[in-house]
Formats: sequence, structure tokens, C-alpha cells
Amino acid sequence: MLKVENLSVAYGDLTILNGVSFDLAPGEWLMIVGPNGAGKSTLINAITGGVPAKGSVFFEGRNARTMKAHKLARGIGVLAQNHFVGYAFSVEEVVRLGRYAYAPTIFSRHSGEEQAVRAALEQTGLYELRHQSVLTLSGGELQRTFLAQTFCQDPRLLLLDEPTNHLDLVYQKQVFELIQKWLKQEGRAVISVVHDLSLARAYGTRALLLDHGRVMADGPMEKVFSDEVLNRVYGMDVRDWMIRMLAQWKEA
Amino acid sequence: MNERNSERFRGWEYLLFAAAAVLTLLLSVCVGSVGIPFKTTVTVIWRGIWGLEQPAGTASAILLTSRLPRVLAVMLVGASLSLCGGAMQGLLKNPLADGSTLGVSSGASLGAVIAIAFGITIPSLPFAGTMVMAMVFAFCSLLIILGLAYKLDFSLSTNTIILIGVIFSMFASSIMSIVITFSGEKLRSITFWTMGSLQGTSYRNVLVLLAALLFFGGVILLHARELNAFAVGEENARHVGVNVRRVKLTILIAVSGLIGVCVSIGGTIGFVGLVTPHMVRLLVGPNHRRLLPASLFGGGIFLMLSDLIARTLLNPKELPIGVVTSIIGAVAFVYIYGSSRKGR
Repeated sequence: MLKVENLSVAYGDLTILNGVSFDLAPGEWLMIVGPNGAGKSTLINAITGGVPAKGSVFFEGRNARTMKAHKLARGIGVLAQNHFVGYAFSVEEVVRLGRYAYAPTIFSRHSGEEQAVRAALEQTGLYELRHQSVLTLSGGELQRTFLAQTFCQDPRLLLLDEPTNHLDLVYQKQVFELIQKWLKQEGRAVISVVHDLSLARAYGTRALLLDHGRVMADGPMEKVFSDEVLNRVYGMDVRDWMIRMLAQWKEA
Repeated sequence: MNERNSERFRGWEYLLFAAAAVLTLLLSVCVGSVGIPFKTTVTVIWRGIWGLEQPAGTASAILLTSRLPRVLAVMLVGASLSLCGGAMQGLLKNPLADGSTLGVSSGASLGAVIAIAFGITIPSLPFAGTMVMAMVFAFCSLLIILGLAYKLDFSLSTNTIILIGVIFSMFASSIMSIVITFSGEKLRSITFWTMGSLQGTSYRNVLVLLAALLFFGGVILLHARELNAFAVGEENARHVGVNVRRVKLTILIAVSGLIGVCVSIGGTIGFVGLVTPHMVRLLVGPNHRRLLPASLFGGGIFLMLSDLIARTLLNPKELPIGVVTSIIGAVAFVYIYGSSRKGR
């Protein structure tokens, strides 16, 4: 459903992404992992056209670069890692923006907006909070608001840029389970940037390991998360570290 | 206030705001160096609209030839400027954005002064030269200011924009001083224009203002949903499918066009576009589908009241209207800046 070919991003002499290519099929949850500065977030941005990039991106066989913004948004939803809303919009108003792509001019009408907004609010457990100002929400509630906006957009591909970066464990679990449930529907796929290798391993169906803007490994979890690959990229014994961390919980 | 069932500006709200605007308008034309009873005012305007014969006395002359066009122009300028302010504040997600804080008004003034000094006119359309130059300069100023701001600080933070706006305003006024210094015999008309205010505006000016508001204002109002998306965040706007570049350019052109027309007729009137949308936001919330129409009425009312103060406070002397709005605006600026920093 998504085909990325030779994607490169550079700021002046600084190369952030260097010839990244991969394919994505429906049903997959692709975890983009790698050390800091590997180009993970830039990859997400480059796919949606947020940064100038060389190479091509095809979504369902069509060139994403030349697609109209609202048509692309009907297919691809993006959840960013941080949100700073400046004004006291209500939760529902922010979620409703997710329907913009279905009626991009003021004259276009589309039915089903109310149902979609309501469904997205209920799915994310925000229905009770719908009239609350987003400025008063906790970090977790705010992230869920934007997740609801993305659900409301009803895309087939979801791009997540460290969706739970600032969230505590409870919200991390909530958000990942919501996305996992969403992915179960026919013809959908998820790409997410995740720092936490355990989270990536637990939820992903496939991984893409980036380092210095290059693809170091791409494939099933076990293959990418092999000792040889991880230790080379991170420069440490990753498995040993993870096991030692977990062992502390066992003893108690 | 949290319970808002409708995203739109409802019919009764339009009526309420319109009634308040009409009442303010009538009050404004009644009060002045010569007080005219409310009843006479209504009669004269009513007869004037239908072209009926006017009662004897000076009242009708004062009302119809002097006060009414001025107050109408004041109302339209107020409405236009606050609509622009509301649109800029949404587009840039910045509660302090406005023609005067961004330096767009100064840019427009510079354009108008250059037009007068060098006698730039458009054949068969006197005054259009000043207006077009003001609009073009307003747009170029916006491009320069935003271009610089993007270059220096990609996130377009409040502080950067305001700083660049201040610097640009100073730059524009110094160029203006240079132009004025070398303007020779045009000095009088330039000085007259910069003091301008809305004294002695004609019905023709009113028509031009109305046309500009209908056209450019209409464009802005049609983009209320896009402005909502921008107010939540430009990145988010892109994610939900807004054509970010096109919408931004459209709004910037509409805003500079409208500010250009207002400045070329009324001179720079600061802070209207800053204060009104902020006050209106407290009343109707941040959704632009409600905020923009409410700002239209609110701006008209605010500027008519400021004009009333300017005319009557030191009667028979008259203060420039910009002085009144700037005094109110400066206080409001500090308040908004304070609360916007707390909000972070």
C-alpha cells in the first residue's frame, strides 16, 4: 500500500536520510527504530511531504507528491509527538478537524461527519470530555485527542512519530492498545517511530532499523532485533541490558 | 462557556451583534460638538436612505454630509482591521499578531507616502495610486517579515515575530522620514495624509471600504475552517489535509489587501486588530467560524466608540483616533502578552 523509493533528505551538506526504500503491505505494523539522530522522525516527515526530499513515495499506486493535500489526508493520518495548541479549542473541535479532508471547501457537504466525530470520541474514551478546553487536558488526554482526530480522519495508513514519548505507562498502554485495535480492521497499516525497543518488539509486526540515515536492517522482528544487528548499531549489548532491566522485576 | 453546541455563529447572535453595532452607530452620529437628539437622527437617516425631503435645520447637513460617512468609514475600518487581526492570529497561531504589531501597517503607510511623494496615480482613478501602493507594500512587508522570521526561527514563535515586526516598523518609518524629507512641495499633502484619521471621509471612501471588506473579508471568512486548523498548528493543518501553502498565501494576500485599503483611507490605526479579536475570543471562543463574524461586529463597535472618545473627550479639540486605540491597545497588549506566556 506504501512504496518508498530511494528517499533522501539533506539540509545543506548535512545528510539526514540517505536512500531509504521499503514497501508496506496492509496489516503490517512497521516499527522504525534506531539511535538518536538516525533520521526516524525525518522519514515520517518526508513520507508526508513535510520536508523537501528526493526520491519517490507511492501511496496505493499513486504518487504521493502530486496528490491533492485533502486526498492524501483521506488515506494517510499522522500523529505527531508534541502538540502545543495556542487557543482554548474544545476537544470536539480539534477532533472534528479530522473531517476536513472530506469537505475541503466550505461549499462541499458530506454526510456522516457527526457519526465519525462521535465514534472517534467514544473509541478514545473522550466523549465525556468533548466540551472541555484542550488547554486544560493532561498530556495523555491531549495525545488521545489528537489520536481521535486521526481516527476521525479515517485513513488507511497511520504514521506515528513517537506517539507515547511523554506519556506515563498507563497512557502508553492505552494508546498502543487503541492503535492495535484500529489496525485489526481490513486494509490498514501502521508505521511508527519508537524509541523503546521493548514496546517496538511487543506491538510491531516488522521493523526497520535506521542509523545515520541509512537502512541497516528491514524485516521481521526477530531478524532485525538480532544480537548482531542491534549491537553493531547501538554499540552495546542490547539484549544483555534488556534482560538485566527485566530481571529486577522478577526478583520482587 | 464550555458548553458550545454550535460551531457556527447562530442567527440570533448575528442579530444581537448587528443591533449593538447599529445602536453604537446611532449614538456616534448623535454625539459631537453639536448634539443632535436621537429622534432627529433616526428621522434624518431614515429620510436620507429613501431620498425623502429633509426637515429644516442644520441637523441633516451635519449628519448626512459629515458625521454619517465618517462613522460609517470608522465602522468599516474597525471591522476590516479586526477581521485581519483575527485571521493573522489564527494563521500564525499567535495571539499578538496584528497589522500593527507585525509591521504591515507601517509597510502600507510607506507605500502610500511614496505614492503621494512621487505622484504615483492610476489614470482616471485618483486616490487609487495611493491605495494600490499601500496594498502592494503591505503584502511585500508581510512577505519580508514572515520570510525573515522563518529564516531566524522556524517555529515562528511569538517573540521572534513581534521583534521582527517592531524592527520592520522602525525601518519603514525611517524610510518614510527620508521620503518626506525629500518630498518638497508634496510635504503638505503627505503630512495631511499621515495625520489623516477619518476626518472628512466621503461616501466614496465608504463604498471603497465596503467593497474591499466584501471581497477580501469574504475570502477570509470562507477560510474559517482552515484558520481553525492553523490555530491548532500548521503541521496539524497539513496532516488533516489543508493545502497549507495555498491557504497561507490566500489569507496573506487578503489581509494585506484589506489593511492596504484601510491604511490608504484612514492612516495607521494601531491595535484594533489586536484587541478586538482577543476580547471577542473571550465571548465566543476560539473557533474561527464564530470568532471571525463576531470580530467584524466587535471591531466596528470598538472603533466607533474609540472615535467617539477621540471626538468628544477634549471637545472642541479632536484627538487622532489612533491615539485612543493605541492607549487602549498598549494596555491590552501587556495583558495579552502576560496571559499568553502563562498559558505555556
